[in-house]
Amino acid sequence: MATFKEFRNNVKPNWCPGCGDFSVQAAIQRAAANVGLEPENLAVISGIGCSGRISGYINSYGFHGIHGRSLPIAQGVKMANRDLTVLASGGDGDGFAIGMGHTIHAIRRNIDITYIVMDNQIYGLTKGQTSPRSAAGFKTKSTPQGSIEQAISPMEMALTAGATFVAQSFSTDLKDLTALIEAGINHKGFSLINVFSPCVTYNKVNTYDWFKENLTKLSTVEGYDPNNRELAMQTLMRHNGLVTGLIYQNTERQSYQELVHGYSETPLSQADLQLDQAHFDKLVAEFM
Amino acid sequence: MINQLSWKVGGQQGEGIESTGEIFSIALNRLGYYLYGYRHFSSRIKGGHTNNKIRVSTTEVRSISDDLDILVAFDQETIDLNYKELHSHGVIMADSKFDPKQPADTQAAMYAVPFTEIATQLGTSLMKNMVAIGATSAVLDLDITVFVEVVQEIFGRKGQQVVDKNMEAIKAGFDYMKDQLGAGVETMQLEKADGNKRLFMIGNDAIALGAIAGGCRFMAAYPITPASEIMEYLIKKLPALGGTVIQTEDEIAACTMAIGANYAGVRTITASAGPGLSLKMEAIGLSGITETPLVIVDTQRGGPSTGLPTKQEQSDLMAMIYGTHGEIPKIVLAPSTVEEAFYDTAEAFNLAEEYQCPVIVLSDLQLSLGKQTVEPLDFSKVEIRRGKLVQGEVPATENGAYFKRYEVTADGVSPRVIPGMKNGIHHVTGVEHDETGKPSESAANRIAQMDKRFRKVENIRFNTPVYKNAPHEDADVLIVGFNSTRGAIEEAMLRLQNDGLKVNHAQIRLIHPFPTDEVLPLVRSAKKVVVVENNATGQLANIMKMNVGHAEKIVKHVKYDGNPFLPHEVYTKVKELF
Ligand SMILES: Cc1ncc(C[n+]2csc(CCOP(=O)(O)OP(=O)(O)O)c2C)c(N)n1
Ligand code: SF4
Ligand SMILES: [Mg+2]
Repeated sequence: MATFKEFRNNVKPNWCPGCGDFSVQAAIQRAAANVGLEPENLAVISGIGCSGRISGYINSYGFHGIHGRSLPIAQGVKMANRDLTVLASGGDGDGFAIGMGHTIHAIRRNIDITYIVMDNQIYGLTKGQTSPRSAAGFKTKSTPQGSIEQAISPMEMALTAGATFVAQSFSTDLKDLTALIEAGINHKGFSLINVFSPCVTYNKVNTYDWFKENLTKLSTVEGYDPNNRELAMQTLMRHNGLVTGLIYQNTERQSYQELVHGYSETPLSQADLQLDQAHFDKLVAEFM
Repeated sequence: MINQLSWKVGGQQGEGIESTGEIFSIALNRLGYYLYGYRHFSSRIKGGHTNNKIRVSTTEVRSISDDLDILVAFDQETIDLNYKELHSHGVIMADSKFDPKQPADTQAAMYAVPFTEIATQLGTSLMKNMVAIGATSAVLDLDITVFVEVVQEIFGRKGQQVVDKNMEAIKAGFDYMKDQLGAGVETMQLEKADGNKRLFMIGNDAIALGAIAGGCRFMAAYPITPASEIMEYLIKKLPALGGTVIQTEDEIAACTMAIGANYAGVRTITASAGPGLSLKMEAIGLSGITETPLVIVDTQRGGPSTGLPTKQEQSDLMAMIYGTHGEIPKIVLAPSTVEEAFYDTAEAFNLAEEYQCPVIVLSDLQLSLGKQTVEPLDFSKVEIRRGKLVQGEVPATENGAYFKRYEVTADGVSPRVIPGMKNGIHHVTGVEHDETGKPSESAANRIAQMDKRFRKVENIRFNTPVYKNAPHEDADVLIVGFNSTRGAIEEAMLRLQNDGLKVNHAQIRLIHPFPTDEVLPLVRSAKKVVVVENNATGQLANIMKMNVGHAEKIVKHVKYDGNPFLPHEVYTKVKELF
C-alpha cells in the first residue's frame, strides 16, 4: 500500500510562499494514501488558475485541462474507467464562474467523483480580479469601486441542485480536510468540497486570520446532523456560509454509474472493441 | 414503362407527411428499388409547409431529381410552392377537401381525390396519408400487397384493428384511383426492380453504426439539428455493449467529456452542428496539444449563428480546418455517400488513435438526413487499430521518473498509456510541456514539441483521400465537390458526357491535410475546374487554390439558398463555360 510520500513528485509548485493551495495538495496526498490507493489508480483533473496547477504536483495520473472544464473531463474519465478514483479540482473562478454550468450539472448527475474547489475569493492567476466568491464591496483590480454583485453561496447552491455530499473546509485544518477528502472519495456519488484556501498575494481581506475569526466548525454546533438537508440549509444561512465540516450527505441516492442502463460492471476502457459479425448483422437488419 | 420516378408529398408539418413518405419508401426499397428521399422542413413542430421528395429508380440514385412526376398535396400551399417542378406529363393528386385550384401555367394534370373523405368514412381522417399511398400505387400500377408488411411493422403495436384499417385505407385509395384511370389518367408503370435486399438509411444512421463498428462505446452530446439522430441511435444500441450516451449541459461539456473518456481509453464520439462546433473549439485545441484522440462529427447546416437550422449548407469547412486558436494537427474527413459515412466514421477512430489528434467527420444536412438505399455494408472492411497505445505491461522507468508520453519520435507519434496503467504515470496539460508532460517554456522544447505534433500528420494514411471518376487524361472540365454534392455532380457528368464534353470528377474525402498529390494532376490535366459547393464564398475552391494553385482555371459554383444542388444546376454551369 502506498504511503502519502508516494503521491509526491519532484515538481516544485510555482505557488507563492504561504498560498493555501499547498495544504490542499498535502491533504489530497494523505487522503489518497489513507484510503489505500496506488498512484496509478488516481486521476486528478484540474482546471486553469493557480489552483489548477495542482494536478501537476501529485504523483498520479493528472490532466490539466482548460479553464472551467475540469468537471466534464473528470466525468468522462470516470465513465471510461469506473475503477479509477477521480478527483476534479480548481479555483473558485474555475468552478463558480466559467464552469458554473458544469458544477450544477455534475451535482445533479451524481457521477462518483470528488470535486475540490480552492476558494480564495479572487482570481489569483490573472493577478487579482473579482471572483463570484468575492463579497459585495470587495475592491479588486476589476472592481476598483468595490464589487456591486452578490457573492455566490456554493454550499447552498449545491444543496438546491440535489447534491449528495457537500462539505467545506479551511486549508490550515489539514486533519479535518484530509478526513473530508477521504469521506468524499468513499462517498458513492458526486462529492463537493469547498476549501477556503487564502491567496496571500491578492486577497488582503479574506486572510488566514479573517477565516480563523469568522469560521464555525459544524462539530461545535449543537445537534447538527449532516443527514438533514433542511437543517443544513438553515445552518448555512445562519452562518452566512462560513462553516466547516461535513454539511450534508445523502447515502441513499444511487450514483449515476449504478443507475446507467446496461453500463459495464468492469471498466469500459477494457471492453473488447471488436463487434462480432452476428451483432453487426442484427443492427444492419433493422435498416432493411 | 419508366425506370425512374420522382414523387413528392406535401402538407403542414405534424400531419403525418413524414410517415407517408416513410411507408411508401420502405415498401419500395424492399422490392429492390433504389430510393433517395429528401425532406423539406422548418424549425417548428406543428404547422408550416413540409414535403418529402422521394426518387425511385431501378439504378443507383444519390441526388434529388430536377423535376417531379407526381405531387400529392394536402393543401393549396403544397401545390403553389411545388407545381413548377412537375414536368408536362406530371400529375397532381390533391385532397378534394381543400377545393384545390390548378395553377394556370402548368401542363400537369390535376385530380382532386377525396383523401380525407375516404379516410373519414373508414374511421379517421388521420388515414388520409394511407389513402394517398393507395392512390399513388394505382397510378404506378403497383401491387398494394407490398405495403402489408410495412403497415404491420409500423402500426402493429397499436393493435390488429389499426393495422387492418390502414390497409383498408390504402386499398380504398387504390380502388378510387383505379376507377379514375379509366377516365383518362395516364399510368406510369414502373419497371420491375431486381428484388435484392438493400439497406435504407440516413447518413446519421450510418455514422452511428460506423461508430459502433469502429469500437466507439461512449458518446457525450447535446441535441441539435441535424445531428441528434446520432445520439438517439447510440443511446439505444450502446447499452448492449456496456456503453452509454450522456446528454450533457452544453457542447463544451460534451467535447471535454469526450476528451476525458478518450484520455482514459474509451473510444468516444461527440456530434453536433455549427453552433455546437463553435462552442467546442477551445476543447478541440486541448485535444490537439494534449494529443488526446477525439472523434467529432459536424453535420453542417445553414449558418452563421442559428442561420438556416433545417437547411442544407456546407459552410463550416474553413472553421473545421482552422477553427481553434493556435495551431494543431487535425484530420478532417468528408464522406460523400452514406456508405462512406459508415466506413469513414469507423476509420476516424483508428486515425484518432494512430495520430493522437482530433478527427472531424464532416457531414452536411443533405447527407445526414437524406434517406437512401444503401448497398450492403461490408463489416469485414472495418478494422480496429489502436496505434501506439501500449498493450500489456509498461516497463518501469528509471527512478520512477514520469513516463515519456510526449517522447519526441521520428514519426512524431509517442507511445500512449491510459490511467490505471502501472508505471505509466505522466502529466497531461494544455500548457506547452516536455516529453513527460510537465509544463515547459523553453524555446528548444517548444520547437521540438510543435514539430513532433505536426510531423504526425505529414503522411496520413487514409484509404481513399479523393473519390475519383476521371476517365480522361486531358479533360475539358474537372468537377470538384465534397460531401453530398456527389449525386448531383454524377448526374450532371453523365449529361455533359452525352453532349460530348470530356468530364472528370473528384469528390474530396480527406479535406485536411489536403491531398494535394492526388488532386494536382487532375487539375493540371483539365482546361477548367468547377468547384461545386453549398456556401457563399467558395471555401473549397479557396482551399484548392491554396494547395494546388491554378487559380486561373478554378471556377466557383456556389449555392447558399438552403437547398441542395440539383443535377441541372451543375450541368448548366459547366455548359456556360463551353
Ligand atoms: C477561456 C479562458 N478565459 C480566461 C482565461 C484566463 N484565466 C486563467 S485562470 C483565470 C481565473 C483564475 O481564478 P480562479 O479560478 O479562482 O483560480 P485561482 O488562480 O484563484 O486559483 C482566468 C480568468 C483562460 N485561461 N481561459
Ligand atoms: S497568487 Fe494567490 S492563489 Fe496564486 S499562488 Fe499566489 S497566493 Fe496562491
Ligand atoms: Mg480563485
